Amino acid sequence: MSEVQKYDSGSATNIERPISDPGIEPHRVRMTDKSEKHAKTAERQISFMFLVSIVGAIIAVWGFVAFPIVGGDLSATRNNAFWMGIGMALSLLGIGFGAVHWAKTLMPDNEVSESRHPARSSDEARAKAIEIVKLADGESGFTRRKLIRRTLYGALAFFPIPAVVIFGDLGPQVGDTLKHTMWRAGTRLTKDPTGIPIKASEVTIGSVFHVIPEGLKDLEEHKLEEKAKAAVLLVRVNPGDLKEDPDKANWSYDGIVAYSKICTHVGCPVALYEQHTHHLLCPCHQSTFDLADHCKVVFGPAARPLPQLPIAVDDEGYLVAQSDFLEPIGPSFWDIRK
Amino acid sequence: MSSVTEPTTAVGKTADYLDDRLSLGTVIKQFGRKVFPDHWSFMLGEVALWSFVVVVLSGTFLTFFYEPSMAHTYYDGSYAPLKGAEMTVAYASSLDISFDIRGGLIMRQIHHWGALIFVAASGLHMLRVFFTGAFRKPRELNWVIGFLLFLMGMGAGFTGYSLPDDLLSGNGLRIIDGMIKGIPVIGPAVSSGFFGGEFPGTEVIPRLYSLHIMILPALIIALLAAHLLLLVIHMHTHYPGPGRRDDNVVGYPLMPVYVAKAGGFFFLVFGVIAAISALFTINPIWNYGPYDPSPVSAGTQPDWYIGWLDGALRLAPGGLDVAIFGYVIPMGVMLPIIVSLVFLVLVAVYPFIEAWVTGDKRDHHVLDRPRNAPTRTAIGAAGVTFYAVLWAGASTDLIAIFFQMSLNHVLTAMQVLLVIGPVIAYWVTKRACLALQRKDREIALHGRETGRVVRLPHGEYIEVHEPVDKYELWKLVDFKDYEPIMPRPNKKGKITVGTKLRSAISKIYFEDRIAPVSKAEYELAHADHSPAIEESAKRKPKQLKKKL
Repeated sequence: MSEVQKYDSGSATNIERPISDPGIEPHRVRMTDKSEKHAKTAERQISFMFLVSIVGAIIAVWGFVAFPIVGGDLSATRNNAFWMGIGMALSLLGIGFGAVHWAKTLMPDNEVSESRHPARSSDEARAKAIEIVKLADGESGFTRRKLIRRTLYGALAFFPIPAVVIFGDLGPQVGDTLKHTMWRAGTRLTKDPTGIPIKASEVTIGSVFHVIPEGLKDLEEHKLEEKAKAAVLLVRVNPGDLKEDPDKANWSYDGIVAYSKICTHVGCPVALYEQHTHHLLCPCHQSTFDLADHCKVVFGPAARPLPQLPIAVDDEGYLVAQSDFLEPIGPSFWDIRK
Repeated sequence: MSSVTEPTTAVGKTADYLDDRLSLGTVIKQFGRKVFPDHWSFMLGEVALWSFVVVVLSGTFLTFFYEPSMAHTYYDGSYAPLKGAEMTVAYASSLDISFDIRGGLIMRQIHHWGALIFVAASGLHMLRVFFTGAFRKPRELNWVIGFLLFLMGMGAGFTGYSLPDDLLSGNGLRIIDGMIKGIPVIGPAVSSGFFGGEFPGTEVIPRLYSLHIMILPALIIALLAAHLLLLVIHMHTHYPGPGRRDDNVVGYPLMPVYVAKAGGFFFLVFGVIAAISALFTINPIWNYGPYDPSPVSAGTQPDWYIGWLDGALRLAPGGLDVAIFGYVIPMGVMLPIIVSLVFLVLVAVYPFIEAWVTGDKRDHHVLDRPRNAPTRTAIGAAGVTFYAVLWAGASTDLIAIFFQMSLNHVLTAMQVLLVIGPVIAYWVTKRACLALQRKDREIALHGRETGRVVRLPHGEYIEVHEPVDKYELWKLVDFKDYEPIMPRPNKKGKITVGTKLRSAISKIYFEDRIAPVSKAEYELAHADHSPAIEESAKRKPKQLKKKL
């Protein structure tokens, strides 16, 4: 008690309690303490649980052996997982329940008290520790020899720098990769994932196409990286419904518009199109874009409209890009406007 | 040499051999009868510990078969719907574990369920520690260690969730990429470093694998060791009650009771996880398909512990790109990051704030009943509400669909709730705690209402109150109580800003307080009438019975 009381009790009050601490409550006797018959019953119950555990282990092994994997037959996999899982559960729960039941019924449940010692070292130990530190300081001259100490601090500050620099090649320089995609003037719009070019005539009003640039499918390298930037959603609406800026009026073709599918919030694919409102909805964080109004944000956390891909039709009637996107696609970043 | 005779049995000889080399005898002498207090809520930390062990065991099995490679391949396994599909080796090997390796699916399920339970149990354990004030001196640093463990648990969970490289987890990574890119100045470079180039690249899965199976588990094990070492040094807290003091520990001895209970409990936790895993599918990656940046499933949900961060992303107001000299700070991303970080920092430093406010420098080993620390409990309730709204925010779309409401309205309601919910929770909880304290006071002073109404000889009706026994009374009156502090000048005669602030916060904490029953009050309450009434009341029912 005296050890504890050394410390300031702050704004704690010190109200005298009505009674003094009556001490630990008297032990309540259990049936298993009183009667040997009950104790025997508990013993049998515990042993039964341990036996169940053995059976469980056997079931688990049986589940492994009895259901070999047969190509194409998923029931084997299912039975395997089920019986092994159930067997393991039984075998584990048997031991667990048995041990806890044992502790609760047959082991003594008298609460006992043990005194605590504060984490704080004793005053003698502290004094001795300080003495040792001072001795070590004196012997090494750590405090006395300033030059050594200061250069050591310097060395300790410098030595981790290579450990940071060495990670410099984790990734290449960003460059302008975030600002360009695969789309070029004349690149045909093709269906995802087949890569079949799309004719303007097959895009009926209200229909939606998930689009990738021609040639993406056959890329040997960086296919997913390019797709992650170049994915486009193609929709045809009634040309009269489009509210187009005059200087972007020729970016669409007869009511067909193409927008980046990559959300400007954090980059999820904006995959849900609501036909009667012309709204595009991102399923990840519900940013909503008005397709009829240059995909301006009408709801949700996104801050920029989806970039529009200017499109046209080539001599054979296929939809092609007029150019790359004229602004970066996807989430905003620090130098997006530079 | 010693009074102990030479061992003759096999057990004795083994013990002798080991003790000669490991000093086992000293260890058992020291710890064998250590006392551990008993309470169901102390089990939550145990669940976390044991489920972590389960996750390590099952995860080790998975490493034998999983291949952390983003090389392209064509699926040729048992799952017919994906036959011939182009995918990464990581995804293909995850499918193989699920379908073509016996025991693979159950182990994957155990690993995933175990991880979900690990983080959940850690969180609940933190709440238990918070609401009972177990973080007070000397355990403040152990609170911080536990907090770090919770963060590491989330990190380990997310990195593992991403490894199968399925469509769902790939979209999760893309969201992370979008958030990283939004960090001012360094964002794009950090993203390139993380993914080894442009998203998704071919590096991120192996890197996540290193984090998931090496760095994070090593950190968790190290922190866990420190967490448990401090538990041994401090010895466990106990709930208030008769005989429980700050200078003792009341409970059952480690050997045999706690060895059986805690050891048995490992098997129970493992067994329950195995049963859940056998019966309920978790993360059916085969349904999602391989990662492709273009498709996404509607109603996407992260694992539960990432939900609050995803909710924060959803609830951020839109159109918040801020431009400085032509450089863009996407506040729609940064605001949730900042808010989440501030929340986490507040959680981590709370013990130090409370210690500063009370100025109490004593060791605290007896827990508080939550009602006896009304402001702390109210702050906790506000924090839980804040977290819960963010968490529910991650399901705005599902809530809207399920209840057939407008998605926009649900989201707006969540935004409003995020601000006012914690305030309401704070107020309601504080009032509820004070009311419970008043009730305790009543019971301590006047005993329990028995519901028996008795007419006294002179015609007065009274309800008989039954006094509580001394053990119950002690539990009701023995708690720590604080008063608000006045700003007092320091030695130079000045009242510093810090002092004023501390006094203001102290006022918020302790202005409304119900003091424990004092000896004087107790004696006063029992002086006027009580003994006679209680005596007569005790006799009354018997007389009534006779008449009936």
